[in-house]
Amino acid sequence: MLHWLFTIGLLQTILAYLATAAFGVLLNIPRRALNLSGWVGAAGWLTYEALYQLLPTTIDIKLAIGNLVAAVVIGVFSGLAAHYKRMPMIIFNIPSLVPLVPGGQSYRVVRNLVTGHPAIANQYLAQVVIIAGVIAIGFLLAEFINRLLWQLSHS
Amino acid sequence: MTDANLLMNTTLLAGAILLENGAEIARVEDTMQRIATNAGYPDAQVFVLLTGITISLPTVAASQVRAIHQRGMDLEKVDQVNTLSRRYADHEIDLPAFATALAHVNQAVPTFPLSWLLVAALIVSVTLMVAFTGHATIIDLTTCAVAGVVGFAAFFGINRIGRIRFLSEFVGAFLIGLVTLISFWLSHGHLHPDAIIIGAVMPLVPGVAITNAVRDTMTGNLLSGPARAIEAILSACAIGLGIALTSIFY
Repeated sequence: MLHWLFTIGLLQTILAYLATAAFGVLLNIPRRALNLSGWVGAAGWLTYEALYQLLPTTIDIKLAIGNLVAAVVIGVFSGLAAHYKRMPMIIFNIPSLVPLVPGGQSYRVVRNLVTGHPAIANQYLAQVVIIAGVIAIGFLLAEFINRLLWQLSHS
Repeated sequence: MTDANLLMNTTLLAGAILLENGAEIARVEDTMQRIATNAGYPDAQVFVLLTGITISLPTVAASQVRAIHQRGMDLEKVDQVNTLSRRYADHEIDLPAFATALAHVNQAVPTFPLSWLLVAALIVSVTLMVAFTGHATIIDLTTCAVAGVVGFAAFFGINRIGRIRFLSEFVGAFLIGLVTLISFWLSHGHLHPDAIIIGAVMPLVPGVAITNAVRDTMTGNLLSGPARAIEAILSACAIGLGIALTSIFY
């Protein structure tokens, strides 16, 4: 695991940082938020990748748990970043989601339907539903944690 | 108590900018409610759908509607509306100044130059191809970079010219498929078309839209959430069809 973390894990973190910051440019986020949102995205993706390596289960459960925890991490870090920079949370959590969201799967559903592979399309459709639902729940959990942190720091 | 008409116009404009640039329904409602409360109308009723916003002030028996036709993603505008609404809440600016500043936000915000956007599309495509699939031969990397940039440039250009919905996604995806196909022939099949395409379509795919659809539905917006999902499904269809048209050749 440690070996993985310092080789593939490190590479994946850098890739996710670059992808998130670049996606931030495409979404036109304020320039002073680019660097920080890149790191939030990298943290989320590293969480997902590490869980994907560790969990000894089927691929759908890996996707569900990995994305759930990653979404919580992104939500909490976005909340902290938003508080620190005095910007809305959406500036950090939307670009950070880019490696996780089921965009690739959603296009594969249609592509496989059109080219005559309904069974594969069904598999990808299930993944779209799982990932989108789990990320939404993860953000709800993160909001709850953010409120707890807020109350703790003010009491 | 401030001028009711100005208040309604300002609130609607703030809500419209947020909704047109990628904010969730709950955030739009929250911001509009805050502005109305800060102006002295805590009982204002705000009703936000994906395609239109209504505000009504029961105490003066007045209401106004604003239709929303275009939706995109521009988080700089969301940030500016948020900052202005925060300054208004802190009494740093008054309502007329707030209204002027909002109109300015809608017309001129800093954007990245086109060259930055193209480089960003390249980085998103290539990094995500490697992160998702692990394929990183030189021919894969270069094809993915070219396909990602060409696809995004077409998407961006058509959105600028025509504003014909879903055509930009379709043409962008079709060009991505075409670039991959040409490269497939030139390299005599020594590349991974699936990996290249999955990377190159990442700047176009509606992943965030699908997730926002679920989030809106979960906050109780049972009309706007599914409406957003339909929009996302249509753009996934446009992209999937564009790729499928070229993928029958290998």
